[in-house]
Amino acid sequence: MASNSSEAAEAASPGMPQLDFSSFGNQIFWLVVTLVVIYVILSRVALPRIADVLAERRESISNDIAAAEDLKLKAGEAEVAYHKALAAARAAASNIVEAAKAEIKVELAAAIAKADGEISDKVAEGEKVIQEIRKDALASVEDVAKSTASALIGALGGKDDAPSVAKAVSSEMKG
Amino acid sequence: MASEVNSEETGLVFHPMDQFIVEPLFGDGPVLWYTITNVTLWMALSVVAVVLLLVVGTSRRAIVPSRTQSIGELAYGFVYKMVEDVAGKDALGYFPYIMTLFMFIVCANFLGLVPMSFTTTSHIAVTAVMAMGVFLTVTLIGFFKHGFSFLSLFWISSAPLPLRPILAVIEIISYFVRPVSHSIRLAGNMMAGHAVIKVFAAFAGIAVIAPLSVLAITAIYALEILVSFIQAYVFAILTCVYLKDALHPHH
Repeated sequence: MASNSSEAAEAASPGMPQLDFSSFGNQIFWLVVTLVVIYVILSRVALPRIADVLAERRESISNDIAAAEDLKLKAGEAEVAYHKALAAARAAASNIVEAAKAEIKVELAAAIAKADGEISDKVAEGEKVIQEIRKDALASVEDVAKSTASALIGALGGKDDAPSVAKAVSSEMKG
Repeated sequence: MASEVNSEETGLVFHPMDQFIVEPLFGDGPVLWYTITNVTLWMALSVVAVVLLLVVGTSRRAIVPSRTQSIGELAYGFVYKMVEDVAGKDALGYFPYIMTLFMFIVCANFLGLVPMSFTTTSHIAVTAVMAMGVFLTVTLIGFFKHGFSFLSLFWISSAPLPLRPILAVIEIISYFVRPVSHSIRLAGNMMAGHAVIKVFAAFAGIAVIAPLSVLAITAIYALEILVSFIQAYVFAILTCVYLKDALHPHH
């Protein structure tokens, strides 16, 4: 039966199934069904959904860009604050250094003054000691001179007259 | 059957048009209007393809799209922009209509490239119904929106007055030829490419010619992939152009 119908169709339009009018009703019916189904699916489900997704994406992208701008601004502010803090810290550090230098200078001057005082004390003390030693030495020179004079007088056979010898020695030494 | 007579002599069997025969899917009965045929099957598959791409593919509604969702969005944006650019912003209400035509033609064309498949868009009955649908819709929109001033589409006011009646005749003829060219362009492109592939395939029966034949099939197949998309695009963009004429008939 199929061969009969197809043979008939081929007789009507040799080699062109497109011109076999007996199949037109079938094709048109199924085409209309197909197009209606696709139209309903697209207009009810697919197209609104895709439009939503695209709108959502556009929105989130613009939101992200705004957020990025915001963060950039904040980063700039933070940089300015950082530089400010850095400058302040530098100033504070140089102040501290100055203060420490001044303090050290004062302390140093005090210490030097104190050391100078001690040194002059020691020098004075030493001079005093030297003075005494010198006095002592002079006294002992007188003693030695007196005893030597006494001994010389004794050895020469003179009379040992101690007070007059001592007097004579002292006047001689002063002279 | 001239081709079969030829084939008896050369040993070649040419049946380039057999792929277009409409036949019942189940049994051998006659093809009635409601019979489930290979047309039904391949149209249903194109519906499935559209659903897979535009419904299943976008079901996750991802902000960062998957590949399928990406393609679906690309198709959406492509047709949306085409309607907006060609037909104008006020035509966006007809966007689902044009999207339906475009998606059906694209899916049917590409499914037709599957070996052993049936190309529904290669039939003039199918393309003519779509083209007539566009023609009638567009004409009705024109009259509905502009009344009789829609006829100024044919009265080219920028032309010199004596020429206008002649131009009007030409314009009217070209207007009524639109659905014919619109439908035959698509069906003819699809049919010709598939028939040529079949003819080259038949030549592959001769061992000497076979490598050349396979090469030619490959080349034409690549061309057909291009044609499949371009014809769907052309059909959709011409629909947009006709719609623009209906919405803005004054030149």
